[in-house]
Parts: sequence; structure tokens; C-alpha cells
Amino acid sequence: MIEIDDITKAYEGTVVVDHVSLTIEPRSICVIVGTSGSGKTTLMRMINKLVEPTSGHIRIDGQDIAEIPAYELRRRIGYAIQGHGLFPHRTVGQNVATVPKLLGWDKKKTADRVDELLSLFQLDPAEFRNRLPHELSGGQQQRVGVARALAAGPNILLMDEPYGALDPVIRAKAQEDLLSIQRKFGTTVVLVTHDMEEAIHLGDKIAVMDKGKLLQFAKPEEIIAHPATPFVAELIGTSERPFRLLSLAKVADHIEAGEVGGEPIEASASLRDAYAELLWSGRPALPVRRDGSIVGQVTLARLSQLAARPQ
Amino acid sequence: MSIADTAVPTHRPRWLALDKLGVMIALIAIAGAALPFALFRANRIVPGETRSLLDALPTFQSTLLIIFLLVGFVAALLRVPVRAKLAVGFVVLAALFILVGQSATYLTPPDNTFARVSPGAGFWLLVFAFALLVTDALTRLRFAPLVRIGILIVVAAAFALLLWSGSWNDLSMLKEYATRAPAFWAEARTHLALAFGSVAIAVVIGVPIGVLCYKVRPLRAAVLNTLNIVQTIPSIALFGLLIAPLAWVAANVPGASAIGISGIGAAPALVALFAYSLLPVVSNTVVGLQSVSPAAVDAAKGMGMTGWQRLAGVELPLAFPVILTGIRIVLVQNIGLATIAALIGGGGFGVFVFQGIGQTAMDLVLLGAVPTVALAFAAAVVLDALVEMTSRGGRRV
Repeated sequence: MIEIDDITKAYEGTVVVDHVSLTIEPRSICVIVGTSGSGKTTLMRMINKLVEPTSGHIRIDGQDIAEIPAYELRRRIGYAIQGHGLFPHRTVGQNVATVPKLLGWDKKKTADRVDELLSLFQLDPAEFRNRLPHELSGGQQQRVGVARALAAGPNILLMDEPYGALDPVIRAKAQEDLLSIQRKFGTTVVLVTHDMEEAIHLGDKIAVMDKGKLLQFAKPEEIIAHPATPFVAELIGTSERPFRLLSLAKVADHIEAGEVGGEPIEASASLRDAYAELLWSGRPALPVRRDGSIVGQVTLARLSQLAARPQ
Repeated sequence: MSIADTAVPTHRPRWLALDKLGVMIALIAIAGAALPFALFRANRIVPGETRSLLDALPTFQSTLLIIFLLVGFVAALLRVPVRAKLAVGFVVLAALFILVGQSATYLTPPDNTFARVSPGAGFWLLVFAFALLVTDALTRLRFAPLVRIGILIVVAAAFALLLWSGSWNDLSMLKEYATRAPAFWAEARTHLALAFGSVAIAVVIGVPIGVLCYKVRPLRAAVLNTLNIVQTIPSIALFGLLIAPLAWVAANVPGASAIGISGIGAAPALVALFAYSLLPVVSNTVVGLQSVSPAAVDAAKGMGMTGWQRLAGVELPLAFPVILTGIRIVLVQNIGLATIAALIGGGGFGVFVFQGIGQTAMDLVLLGAVPTVALAFAAAVVLDALVEMTSRGGRRV
């Protein structure tokens, strides 16, 4: 658990983060979203002491981080940044082994861990271990960056616009990877982005920041249905609201009995995908398929109700 | 290839076109062939008589050389493959260097130890023209660093063989060498010690200063400006200026004169060369550190590397090629500059240069100048190759 308690950061009189308090539950993904200059990155960088707060406290699992030496704290917290920040003169394997080496792990344990992580990110260790970062594609570099952040098995992972430099297809893949890895390890993730779509897709809770202030800290459904200020509403985009709401749920949770013909949709798809398919194919209902067999249908009428503003 | 090139169909082979640089090389070569090939003097200080290409060698050798030169002329002028240009260039240079020695033997009257034969203006121009052909070809071929060092070693070995075989022994420069061989090697050692020693000290002191300037921003402008001023002092003046303070140190600091510090000699020369080396080393260290990717530094910090671990593990390795470029600049500069050390009794190849000027014996000047130029050239080739090897891949992210 990360408790941010009335934290303020000012640079020569300019307040960048203004009395922010929020509590991030363990094993959850918290997305801090805002425009550039909103203070979102500064807020995140105070969690691993890359920025010292002007006032206020941050506690991790009850311990004030002010009591922990910065380098020791940082070795316990994963850190992945935009443009990945890989060391260009070190191989992929050496990059991933950075924190284990700082922690003094023995060679065998480190090498095993490197191979395990590379495999987890679908990078064949034998092929990639000894390559230099510049020999990799942008998506592969980004995966190595996250693998490096997770190398020592941290409880907390901080990510600063990790997908900013990726094209949409690779970004979507990277986001799915993050979700499955977070579920696997139970890591607490704090992710900074300017992209509300990404925030809604990834976040268990979303913190919206503007001009150093925390405007709203809530679940995605809540943010979409009841934006706290006009600025939050603007960030979500009024015309996007029903679709964003639909994107939060899966077809599997809204299957109705009945049989219809035509091309089926997978139960794991989002309601938004189902809605788009209904509109595009001009059908009132789609058969739903799970593990290869049809298990029911999803209807346009039901989805239209679900897309309406929750009361 | 532009549209204009393809629009008009031409049946001329590609190699039958003129090479732009080749035209210039050919013109220089023509001038070289027309000017005197060798210079004959009755003794080492009288003005010489010139000998043309045809007079300087026996008929067979001069015909051979003319054929070689014609082939070289054509290879330079036309767009033949670059590797062919390179090969022809090396062959012509080899012929020139071998035959200039034979020319000396041919022109020197038997049993005359006073006569001096030296290469003439024509020889030097021919060498310049075909050296240009070779360097241009090498630049265009973009050989890997190790290959370039290999070529350098082969060329050096070829010269060593020429010298060792004695075929140059009748050349005036070698006659000057013969009368002062022990002094030559002693001065060579001094020269190397001055050039490499001053650069080594500059690296040991300059790199930490550069790191300090990088970490402590306010210090940067002050230090770099001070070093800039040192750099603008004329070298002879700096050598002279150091005489007084170092003489004072030698006289007043106990033990100073025991370790070789004195007003004149090697100590002030070393200090002056060191002072000139400091700016390029410090500024390249700062620039190299500044060019390290900020994302890599931020990541290093964020993963819990301490300041020292960051410096040794990330910042310095990534800045290294730029720092090495600075070292290359000062090493080549100091090999040349060390000749001036002779003015204040510091020794080195400059001793022969200044003696030669004093006696108007140009051969003696060459005995000091040629090894200096060769050393600087070799140092440049080796360090350029090292810079390229260390910067591979590393800086492209």
C-alpha cells in the first residue's frame, strides 16, 4: 500500500504538486492522468525519491520513505520510463540484470532470473540475451525496459508514459502484457499517462490531475459517469463517454439466452467491440462463443441500456 | 544518378570518365615529373644542382619509373575501381621510395663522403600526388578500423625494411643519421616521453576536472574559459614563461630539483605541453558526459545506482568515445608541439630541426621533421580507429 499524505512540491515558488493525498491499494493499478505540466510525473517521481517533496509524507506499507536511503528504496521499486532508458552499451541481458547486480545476487540466480523475464516478455533468451538495445525494435526495447524494472521482483512498479513512443498496435499488445503480468505477480503499479483511453483501459483507479491539484481519484466507471469537474469531463470527451463505459466490461458478463445466426463474437471481447460489430454488421444480436462453442447472445438493446449514464 | 544521366543513353564504359580529384592528382603528378627528381651537392651546406628524372637514375630504372608513373597517372585520371586506384597508388609510392634510394647511390661519386644527394621538389610532389590518391581511395573504401591499423602496420614494416636493407644509406638524410645515430634514438625517446607523458598527465588530471565541471554546473564556464586562455598563449611564449617560476620552484622547494624540475629542460616543456592538452581533454569530457542519453541516466538513478555507480557504469562508458576523440586531438598536437621543447633544452626531435636551421642543413631539419610527422600520422590513424571501435552501436540509441 502506498499512502500519499498531503504532499506538496514547489520549485522556487511555483507549486507543481499541490497538497495531494491519495492511497493506492496493494496489487492494484493506479493510473495518474493529466495534461503536460499537471504535476503527474512529479507526483510519481516522489514515490521513489527522484524528487524530494517540499512538504508532506509518503508511506509504503506503513513506513515513511523519508527514513529509507534513496538508492535502497529505488532498488525495491521497479522503474520504467518513456523511451525505455536502456543502457545502450550493455547487452539486453546485462540491462535486465542491473538491479539484481546492485543487490548482489549471485551469477546463477541472476542469469536464471534474466532468462525467466525475457521468456515472460516473449523474447527468446538465447536469441536476445547478448544483443545490444539498438539491434531491437521499439516494441522489443520497451519490453526489455519493463523486464528490467521487474528484475528483482519489486512489489511496486512505477511507469512514466511507458507506451508513449509505440505505435497503436504494439501499444495495445504491451498493455495486455502489462495486465497479465500484473495479475501474475500481484504488483502494485503506478502508471503516468496523458491518454485517458489508456487510463480507463488499464486503471483499477484513476487519479486525474490538473495544475498540480488532484481533481478526482476514483474507479473508471465513476470517473466516466460522474466527472468531478468540467475539466475531467473534457478529458474523457463527452462524445466518447458511452463507448468508454462499454469498454470497461466484457461480453462474458452480459450474455443472454437465445440463439442467433451469423459470425460469433468471443466472450472475452469488450462490450465496446461487440457494440461496434453490431452496428457495423447491422444485426440486432450476435452469437457469443466461448472456448469454440456458442454459449448465448449479446443484444444491441441490452448494450444500449448499458451505455447509458449510470444513475 | 540523376535523370539527366539516364536520359541520354551512352555506350561509353563507366571507367572511361574523368575522376574529379584524379584530374588534380594528375596535374600535380605532371608537375612533379617535370621538376627535378633529385638534388646533388658537393657537400652538405653548399647550394645544390638539380637532376631531372631522366638524369637521376640509370636508363633502365628511369624508364621503369616513367612506366609506373604513366600507369598511376591513368589510374588517377579515370574512374577505374577504387581498389585498383589504391593498389596502383601503393605500387607507385613503393617504386618512388625504392628508386629515390637507388638514385642517391647512382649520383654519389664513388668514395666521396662529402657529396650529398637528397630528394628534389619533383620527388616530393610525386609522393604527395600519389599519397593523395591512396588516402582518397582509403577514405572511399571505408575499411573497418582493424583493417586500417593493419594497413598502417604493413606500411610501417615496409619502411622499416627499406631502412634496414640499406638501400637508402646514400640519401643525405640517412647520412646525417649515420653520424648521430645514438643522439637520434636518445632524442626519439625524449620526444615520445614528452608527447605521451604530457598527454597521460593531462588525462589523469583532465578527466576528473571534466567530471567535476559536469556535476557542478557553475564551475563549468570558469574552468573552460581559463583553459581557453591558456590555449591562446603562443607556444614559444608559454615555454619561455615557465622558465622563471620553475627555476624558482627548483631553487626553493626541497627535493624539487632532485626529481628533475628546473627552469630549462624537460620539466617546463612537459608542463607547457600538459597545459595545452588540458582544454581538449576537459572540454571533451564535459561534452561527452552531456551527450549521454538523459533517459539512461534517469533510469540508472531510478533503479538505485549510487552517484559513483552511475558515473563508472553508465556515464563514463557512454562518454568514452568523445573523451578518446579529445585524447586523439592532444596526442597528435603534442607530438608536433614537442619539437619546440628543444628551444628550452627539453630535447626531442626538435633538436635536429633547430640545429639544421642553424647550420642551414636542410637534411638535418628533415631528420627531425620526418619522424615527427610519421609519428603524428600513425597516432592519428590508430586513435581514429579506436574511437570508431568504441563508439560502435553504443551511441546510436
